[in-house]
Amino acid sequence: MQFGIFSVSDVTTDPTTGRTPDDTERVRNMLTIARHADEAGLDVFATGEHHNPPFVASSPTTMLGYLAGVTQHITLSTATTLITTNDPVRLAEEYAMLQVIADGRMDLMMGRGNTGPVYPWFGQDIRNGIPLAVENYALLRRLWTEDVVDWEGKFRTPLQGFTSTPRPLDGVPPFVWHGSIRSPEIAEQAAYYGDGFLHNNIFWPMHHTRQMVRFYRQRFEHYGHGRADQAIVGLGGQVFMRKSSQDAWNEFRPYFDEAPVYGHGPSMEDFTQQTPLTVGSPQQVIDRYASFVDEVGYYQRQMFLVDHAGLPLKTVLEQIDILAEDVVPELRRIVEAKRPADDVPLNPPSHAERVAAARASGEMGVTHVGDSVDPYTGTVAEGTQPVTSSRTAAQEARA
Amino acid sequence: MTTTSNGTDPGRTLAVVSAGLSQPSSTRLLADRLADATVRDLEDRGHTVRVETVELRDLAHAVVDAMLTRFPAGDLAGALEAVTGADGVIAVTPVFTTSYSGLFKSFWDVVDPDALTGMPVLLGATGGTARHSLALEYAMRPLFTYLRADVVPTSVFAATDDWAASADDPGAGLPRRISRAGRELAARVAERPGEGPADPFAATPSFTELLGGS
Repeated sequence: MQFGIFSVSDVTTDPTTGRTPDDTERVRNMLTIARHADEAGLDVFATGEHHNPPFVASSPTTMLGYLAGVTQHITLSTATTLITTNDPVRLAEEYAMLQVIADGRMDLMMGRGNTGPVYPWFGQDIRNGIPLAVENYALLRRLWTEDVVDWEGKFRTPLQGFTSTPRPLDGVPPFVWHGSIRSPEIAEQAAYYGDGFLHNNIFWPMHHTRQMVRFYRQRFEHYGHGRADQAIVGLGGQVFMRKSSQDAWNEFRPYFDEAPVYGHGPSMEDFTQQTPLTVGSPQQVIDRYASFVDEVGYYQRQMFLVDHAGLPLKTVLEQIDILAEDVVPELRRIVEAKRPADDVPLNPPSHAERVAAARASGEMGVTHVGDSVDPYTGTVAEGTQPVTSSRTAAQEARA
Repeated sequence: MTTTSNGTDPGRTLAVVSAGLSQPSSTRLLADRLADATVRDLEDRGHTVRVETVELRDLAHAVVDAMLTRFPAGDLAGALEAVTGADGVIAVTPVFTTSYSGLFKSFWDVVDPDALTGMPVLLGATGGTARHSLALEYAMRPLFTYLRADVVPTSVFAATDDWAASADDPGAGLPRRISRAGRELAARVAERPGEGPADPFAATPSFTELLGGS
């Protein structure tokens, strides 16, 4: 099982000091957090995508591209990529580029986004959330798997003879997850394509998460991708840890009480009972999270929210260390021992595994499309020499 | 309604939502009277009836928490299931500041907006004097119309004086109004097949349907 952290990138005042980082500091903190997670040995770092304050993560591939260059082992991902309001053509291009730059050490998670005004800001209508997710993702997949795409849909201008570049690394697109809290349609979509399904889980009672995951697993099997227990499942989670449970409660309580989303609502006592939020010692986190496999079946990725609600950078880095040293090794040992069979995937598929599978089934895509001569600029891909004189009228006008 | 060969039927469930705040409350009293009238009529029609009463006072904190966290916890989750899974609903509120109480509205705000579609609903309200009685028609009825509920024509307002009026008093007639309203609700509930709430997973279109509709 992979263990990682995901960030919503909120800029929140630290309620204990009254200090608020500016956007630049928050972005740099996220980079530091991701690098620290890599060095500590966590498996995944994922960034959210938001287009409104107080969130700063508007440009995930810029951030993840940089991180690909400065990290060694950690898988870079998103939580989530807005499949509704982003142009699927740009998503195909940007994430194929990231895949090349990261040398396959990435995947991504599609989500619809829950901020109403983002839809009109990007020219869409929130009432079309599900149809947008369906149509846009269907096009994105075609752009990755088909070299030349003719396409016409409801939400975007048609494409004739379009090729998205760069072509996916080794001819195999990135692995995709779909995240949804309450829409069975999205679990259905993930199952249809044999993609992964991640339930954010953190603001919801486990019985709800269990229903959604069970539905996804049943539909995954229905569509012939394998047995229900072989479907690729991820869960979100949220923890705050100190050696002593009482220290953890005392330190985290002011952040909980003022936190965006649930602050000023239920008490921390109620919320830790009702949701996977666990505040306490590393052993308490291990005990709680080891039980989730019993709820949803063996799953492949557990993500933790650790950098939010105004927690200072130093505290977040300490949380990462506690996770990596005192929680993950033991938690992994316990949950992996509960894997029901050897043919239930231990982890989500890596790029190398996907390449091997594509090779075995003969489903490799090509890694370059077209002649070596670019009909628009008249140059060859390898060099800069013009090989024809077919300049366009616009080029003539500029000349 | 289909009746099985031995004359029994699968039964009916009524959910009674009372937003009264005091204990005891005249709102709850009216709610119970409306429920009794409905049950009597349904039993006369040969149905067995189960009544689930939801006292919103007991759920007040949970209702606000659910607005903030977007999920219902504890007893509130059970109450929402009782209401959305019922065959008929009796909803009664005190009139505060010319309308239903804030707690009453907040409860319906955390109910899935599609869950009451077609649900037979009987409305009741209480207040100090009859001057508030039209709150049922200008505030409460539109709320349930928006939720596409099947609201029965008679809604029942009980002012303080009504509890002391003689049943024979031609001006008062609270018991008569209760009986008529109960009869109307019972007729709607009896007509409805007792099918329970829709399963959101069973109702999910297959992906080929989703693709076709996009």
